[in-house]
Amino acid sequence: MGNQNDVILEMKNISRSFPGVKALNQVNLEIKKGEVLALVGENGAGKSTLMKVLAGVYSRDEGEIIYQGKSVSYHNPLEAKEDGIIIIFQELNLVSELTVAENIFLGTMPTKRFGIIDRKKIKEEARRALNELECDYDENAIVGSLSLARQQMVEIARALVHRANIVILDEPTASLTGHDKEILFRNIRRLKEQGTAIVYISHKMEEIFEISDRITVLRDGEKTGTLVTAETNRNEVTQKMIGRDLDEFYEKASTKFGEEVLRVENLTRKDEFSDISFSIRKGEVLGLYGLVGAGRSEVAETIFGIRPSSSGKIYINGQEKRILNSRSAVSLGIGFVPESRKEQGLVLGMSCKENQSLANIRYLQKFGFIQEREVSRSFQEYQDKLSISCAGPGQPVVNLSGGNQQKIVIAKWLSVNPAILILDEPTRGIDVGSKAEIHKLIARMAEAGMAILVISSEMPEIMGISHRILTIHQGSISGEFSGEEITESNLIHAITNLSVDAC
Amino acid sequence: MKNRLINFARKYPIVFILAVCIIFFSASSPVFLSSQNLTNILLQVSIIGIISIGMTLILINANIDLSVGSILAFSAALAMGLQTYGLFFSIIACLAVGTLIGALNGFLVAKAKINSFIVTLGAMMGVRGLVYIYTQERPIVGTERALIDFGSSSVGPIPVIALIFVLMLIAAELVLRYTTHGRNAIAVGGNYEAAENAGIKVERHVLFNFMFIGFTAALAGLLLVSRTNSATAFLGTNYELMVISAVVLGGTKLTGGYGSMLNTFGGVLVIGMIQNGMNLLNVHAYYSMLIMGLILILVVFIDTRFKAPVNI
Repeated sequence: MGNQNDVILEMKNISRSFPGVKALNQVNLEIKKGEVLALVGENGAGKSTLMKVLAGVYSRDEGEIIYQGKSVSYHNPLEAKEDGIIIIFQELNLVSELTVAENIFLGTMPTKRFGIIDRKKIKEEARRALNELECDYDENAIVGSLSLARQQMVEIARALVHRANIVILDEPTASLTGHDKEILFRNIRRLKEQGTAIVYISHKMEEIFEISDRITVLRDGEKTGTLVTAETNRNEVTQKMIGRDLDEFYEKASTKFGEEVLRVENLTRKDEFSDISFSIRKGEVLGLYGLVGAGRSEVAETIFGIRPSSSGKIYINGQEKRILNSRSAVSLGIGFVPESRKEQGLVLGMSCKENQSLANIRYLQKFGFIQEREVSRSFQEYQDKLSISCAGPGQPVVNLSGGNQQKIVIAKWLSVNPAILILDEPTRGIDVGSKAEIHKLIARMAEAGMAILVISSEMPEIMGISHRILTIHQGSISGEFSGEEITESNLIHAITNLSVDAC
Repeated sequence: MKNRLINFARKYPIVFILAVCIIFFSASSPVFLSSQNLTNILLQVSIIGIISIGMTLILINANIDLSVGSILAFSAALAMGLQTYGLFFSIIACLAVGTLIGALNGFLVAKAKINSFIVTLGAMMGVRGLVYIYTQERPIVGTERALIDFGSSSVGPIPVIALIFVLMLIAAELVLRYTTHGRNAIAVGGNYEAAENAGIKVERHVLFNFMFIGFTAALAGLLLVSRTNSATAFLGTNYELMVISAVVLGGTKLTGGYGSMLNTFGGVLVIGMIQNGMNLLNVHAYYSMLIMGLILILVVFIDTRFKAPVNI
């Protein structure tokens, strides 16, 4: 390796801004034939944005892309695909009502005379691709009926059929179990042997070291280095990713706990989770850690009343309560910062102050008329406290960065002063700076006496901020750790060891 | 300056369209801008305008109501037919029935979670059926002089019906801008889930808005027959389309989360001016329908094409 002729694609000085954020700043990237290049960085570092610029999802503000010696510029992923560059997004691009074979040929269906689709050819070629990928399922199966891992394999089969030169995988294992991950890795190696270059976007260290040849690290939209996997170690990569030591990055709330605020007993929701029991005290940060799909968010949404429980009891301040919907949860003093802030947390068409006052507007009105001055004053108070950077209270939230959007969602809850705050992936898709601020904020809220339940799939985060961690695996609690017991290996063991056996 | 003008036109396209209408029609017909004719236009649009107030709230909620024309016809028929029991009773019954049908729509949309297009499409047909049953396809003529006296009266130069419309519109704009109900309307339409998670009583809110539009449709029906003193089975046909067109012309989004009563007022005026102007130019009503259809699509196209881009 290292031969300049191996370079199949080069991105030079790529920059791209979104309102309020410089997502990419003068980034250079080289992709070589037949290698697995890991693209790593914290959430919001610009990994996905860089690849979306390559595939033409986003335009670039400046920079050049040279592919097989020619300068290229794609306007959409389809153009890139025709040139042999296939990007497989985190959110899969499949039509769930169509069959596996039809999806593989979507947009490029071979036809016979009069535009009639050549079904036989589609099926045969799809079958061949699936066989190559060791996929034992039927090419006539409806995609929507397949598991997520299998759907992902359909996308990879698509890359195979179209003889891609470069396949970009954006966090492909985010929703895969151990067994499916093995299949994926086997297939990545197979593609690699055929000379296909793979760009593997991830922030999971184990995987990167297992699969990649080289590692390019991004931080806050800038490239901080490219390392040869065999010649580096986790510490060096982490250092480049975070740019400072983990210890100063996380701040734990002091450990003065009050009385129990929330107790959950045998909470069960059919097919999602069962027999979840735990309690949180005043001032305590309880972490809920597990793989995506293990039931973490479902537990949180059930406590908040978005989903009804099948059985089990919820006690608030020692009294049993029935939480029928989110409104009753709010009135019982529970706040919820959801996983997807754009879908569940914010009204994107509204301004900062309107979003911030969404939950407490009933206290800011007289005879139904909103006291605009109070709303602005209240917003400014939280703007200062949480250092929300925006042009003014009236700025639409759409144009804010993820970090500032998240702070507004949190400020919305702070203004009703909940006794219990549930945060589901509070720093997903947020730049490193804001992330640290949100961690500090969580610590401060706990110190002020709030009981906090945090869900996160980032191990350093959950370890850094929680006093106590519950691990959840396939809908059941698989472990509880506090103090010295909170170690990386304990947590990994609790969330994955079982899953390998189960497959 | 030029940029500011373009930005203004982008932000309030309806003002721009309104200006074009006024310039075009006043240039082609000398009587168009006469105060007599302008009062006439205002009066003509009042009926559709009153329903448009309710429809704006419905569309901001990201719902739709196709049943308003039928509700108007049914309420109007009741207002005429029940006059034998006294004028007061007939008016109360007319408004109550309209509100009640709205409540039924609202219940099915908010509680039963059935798509509002389907619910109100059903109501549109069903209620029209009730109109046929009740009227037996014969016009019902009123007996009370007082109603028609009221309908044809004026306050100064302004017809009382137009006055009711304008006052309601101003009140609704205030509600939309300054009250929690208005704020909630935008939140519910902008992001139903987030609104619900914030503790807003979304179901009650949606139900209320459907009751309100039912009320506006009934009131419009009442005011319509207060001028003609006769209700037919075909009254209000296509009104839902006119109303929705007016609101959409004003810039309210079918996808919800955005809208304003003043813009709706603009949309209603544009529709009225086109009808009136075509009339003055002796263009047959069929052509004015065709032209209005084209303008509606053109405006929405321009709006989606040239709207200041929003980054999400």
